[in-house]
Amino acid sequence: MSTAAVHTEEDHGHHHKETFVTKYIFSQDHKMISKQYLITGLFMGIIGIAMSLLFRLQLAWPEQPFGIFEVLLGKWAPDGVMDPNVYLALVTIHGTIMVFFVLTAGLSGTFSNLLIPLQIGARDMASGLLNMISYWMFFLSSVIMVISLFVEAGPAAAGWTIYPPLSALPQAQPGSGTGMTLWLVSMAIFIASSLLGSLNYIVTVINLRTKGMSMTRLPLTIWAFFVTAIIGVVSFPVLLSAALLLIMDRSFGTSFFLSDIFIQGEVLHYQGGSPVLYEHLFWFLGHPEVYIVLLPALGITSEIIATNARKPIFGYRAMVASILAIAFLSTIVWGHHMFISGMNPFLGSVFTFTTLLIAIPSAVKAFNYITTLWKGNLQLNPAMLFSIGLVSTFITGGLTGIILGDSTLDINVHDTYFVVAHFHLVMGISALYGLFAGVYHWFPKMYGRMMNKNLGYVHFWVTAVCAYGVFFPMHFIGMAGLPRRYYTNTAFPYFDDLADINVLITVFALVAGAAQLVFLYNFIHSMFYGKEAEQNPWRSNTLEWTAPVEHMHGNWPGKIPHVHRWAYDYSKPGQEDDFVPQHIPLKEGEEELQH
Amino acid sequence: MNIFLILSVLVLIAISIWQITKIFELSQAKKVNTQVADDEDNNLNGKLMFIFLIFIYGITIFSFWSYGDVLLPDAASEHGSDYDNLMWISFAIIFFVQTITQALLHYFSYKYRGAKGKKALFYADNDKLEMLWTIIPVITLAGLILYGLYTWTDIMTVEENDEALVVELYAQQFNWKARYAGEDGVLGDANVRFLQDFDGRNLVGIDATDPNGFDDVVVQELHLPVGREVIFKMRSQDVLHSAYMPHFRAQMNCVPGMITEFAFTPNKTTEEMRMDSDVMAKVKKINSIRAEKSKELVASGDVALDPYEFDFLLLCNKICGASHYNMQMKIIVESEKEFENWMSSQQTFAEVIQ
Repeated sequence: MSTAAVHTEEDHGHHHKETFVTKYIFSQDHKMISKQYLITGLFMGIIGIAMSLLFRLQLAWPEQPFGIFEVLLGKWAPDGVMDPNVYLALVTIHGTIMVFFVLTAGLSGTFSNLLIPLQIGARDMASGLLNMISYWMFFLSSVIMVISLFVEAGPAAAGWTIYPPLSALPQAQPGSGTGMTLWLVSMAIFIASSLLGSLNYIVTVINLRTKGMSMTRLPLTIWAFFVTAIIGVVSFPVLLSAALLLIMDRSFGTSFFLSDIFIQGEVLHYQGGSPVLYEHLFWFLGHPEVYIVLLPALGITSEIIATNARKPIFGYRAMVASILAIAFLSTIVWGHHMFISGMNPFLGSVFTFTTLLIAIPSAVKAFNYITTLWKGNLQLNPAMLFSIGLVSTFITGGLTGIILGDSTLDINVHDTYFVVAHFHLVMGISALYGLFAGVYHWFPKMYGRMMNKNLGYVHFWVTAVCAYGVFFPMHFIGMAGLPRRYYTNTAFPYFDDLADINVLITVFALVAGAAQLVFLYNFIHSMFYGKEAEQNPWRSNTLEWTAPVEHMHGNWPGKIPHVHRWAYDYSKPGQEDDFVPQHIPLKEGEEELQH
Repeated sequence: MNIFLILSVLVLIAISIWQITKIFELSQAKKVNTQVADDEDNNLNGKLMFIFLIFIYGITIFSFWSYGDVLLPDAASEHGSDYDNLMWISFAIIFFVQTITQALLHYFSYKYRGAKGKKALFYADNDKLEMLWTIIPVITLAGLILYGLYTWTDIMTVEENDEALVVELYAQQFNWKARYAGEDGVLGDANVRFLQDFDGRNLVGIDATDPNGFDDVVVQELHLPVGREVIFKMRSQDVLHSAYMPHFRAQMNCVPGMITEFAFTPNKTTEEMRMDSDVMAKVKKINSIRAEKSKELVASGDVALDPYEFDFLLLCNKICGASHYNMQMKIIVESEKEFENWMSSQQTFAEVIQ
């Protein structure tokens, strides 16, 4: 600690000689790396969302020819009609890209990198080199994932959970050939990238806080990123082992997950493995992954809601405690994805218990957000709208978790569209709102310019209406008994009455997709032509707004500011302004809230 | 060419957004352009928040109003009514919480929308309040957990008994087969290694050296007697599948290399289900949709669709490949006597391999 403290006190403001390559490409500066994560994440997001629109077209107008299919899918859509294998490939890659590449790397990678050093008062990440390697591994894994879309037999198509034997046997479906190999290689590199990133975040938060920045004065964003990184370090290695064992089964003839298989007229040699083992390993990461995606979004929301409500976040200690409780519980609930996998029903009971417990800290967070709004002076900036929207979808989606987490009720809604509606609201839409909120709020910090607020309003309201329009009716399709990952429901006359709902959902989805173009335009245009930002446009308390608008190595010219108070002294009685930044010393006689 | 067209349309849209926003900004030249929300923005968006609350309620009511009839009819199995009860209790709680919290969230966003000169209340903590909204979820969830676990144990405890009918559900890409244990009530040993015996007539790989298997009956349509417990043993020969019987509130994965179990007692015959008022309404609606579609089909020279009649379904509910969406089997629940009649007309394994 003492060496670190000395290090942070040094003046790093002097000019480093930089070339184009070291500044924009192989940069070790956390701010540049954060922008790289964001741009890569947005690019992957465009692919992921576009894919969802393609398969929504197929679901609303099954087996109808579309010109766009012919253009984008080529021989995989003969005469413009989507092939069932391609449908499965699209849902698989959509899930993979959105969960890992957009909402893990794009969200957590961007904002952990940008905010950890700036908000704790550090010159940079603990290891700039590791940080750079982490980004470039993420970039490499993205490239491999995109390349996998172009292989002859198509990309992986076994669902984003890639359960073996479907994912292990090339005979089972075309996507389980080269496409699946590339998927696994891409994910292995992605995991390595995520681990390097997470270790860096943890070390930085523990060691490089500026003077006065005790753990109990940390902004909730940092708490969220810190705990997220810990969950990642605990659970991602288990997914790596699952991926490696699957690679062994696929390529080297081992039988970790396979046994007694007869396929394409042939008995295979595999003996003694179990797909259920894979499910355990996968969900040991898979479930914490939900919180790896969600906690950073909630952290961002906490910060933005407090700043824009001009009020302290309500129940800071309870917020920190619930982050920790969610993190702990998230690692012991994975079995709720496997109630009917064939595992012992007693295990199901245990996982029901732990799963429903996680509703408690989640409820505390939701109530605390609502109370923070109460008697505030709400500045309804686009970032604030997305944060409020996040709380709304987090509640709507979270509540149906009470049904899915209950092993009994899961029997009949497991793997139906009810699940699809649930997780899209609670982690998909909520985390995307967190990402958007973060971009609108910290855009001035990243690019020194403001985004256009009116376009932001249009973006939010259209998206908010469409998000409910897409996912609320979807619950009904699930409760009608329609399984997910069906290419079409026309094989069952019983489901013929769902056709209208599917059309409605697709129309909302298309409009929502168009609304994202408004965001994209706003983002790119504001980068070059946006109004120049002031140093602290949102009148916020956290340290990043004390750094100059123009980016520099080491973040602050001269000394790093010291911290004298928590991050939430908004509208404090006895103060002139309605905000008091963390580096302002206490006035004479002023009491610091003890937390 | 098409890609070029799409790209140029996108570029044109971008340029028009740019121009429109520019006009918008220029027309308000007197205002300071900071891109930070001002009183007007707060006022407008605060009101929109309130309208959005009405929208959320609206879409909820609309969905129930127009889609309420697509939901599954009442359960057709004995444990199913417990399942349905637990489901509706959970839903009642969820709707209550959803209505209140969304109202508070959006009403506060509207009511406390910012204005110049307003000052927010400095209110950082209240242990009593936080205690309150920790304890209330704890109590509610404790109730739900206990109720849920009690029902779960009830459903999942499968006890072998002489009364019960033992049926194996056998999954493969992309169809289902069912094997009945026959007179001895014991399924013969089976393994995928035996699938190629007897020129492929051994459809589910029964071990011909196990005498228990001789009276087994393998069929492609599932018949069940009403009022008698059925113990299902699930197997799969290739990839994961899931045997999903939504009308019975029953589902279990089929896992290659292991045998999974699920048991239930059907308590309504197919005929009784067809007379159920909810089912009749649903079938009527489906048939009117099909008649509509048939008109179009006939007009374009195709064959009209058959009218639909209700049947219980077994669906695959675990992604299993290209035809996953069409991996189904018809289930017929009938009286014990009808079942016995049907069963006596089936060939046993011994007869099949002769």
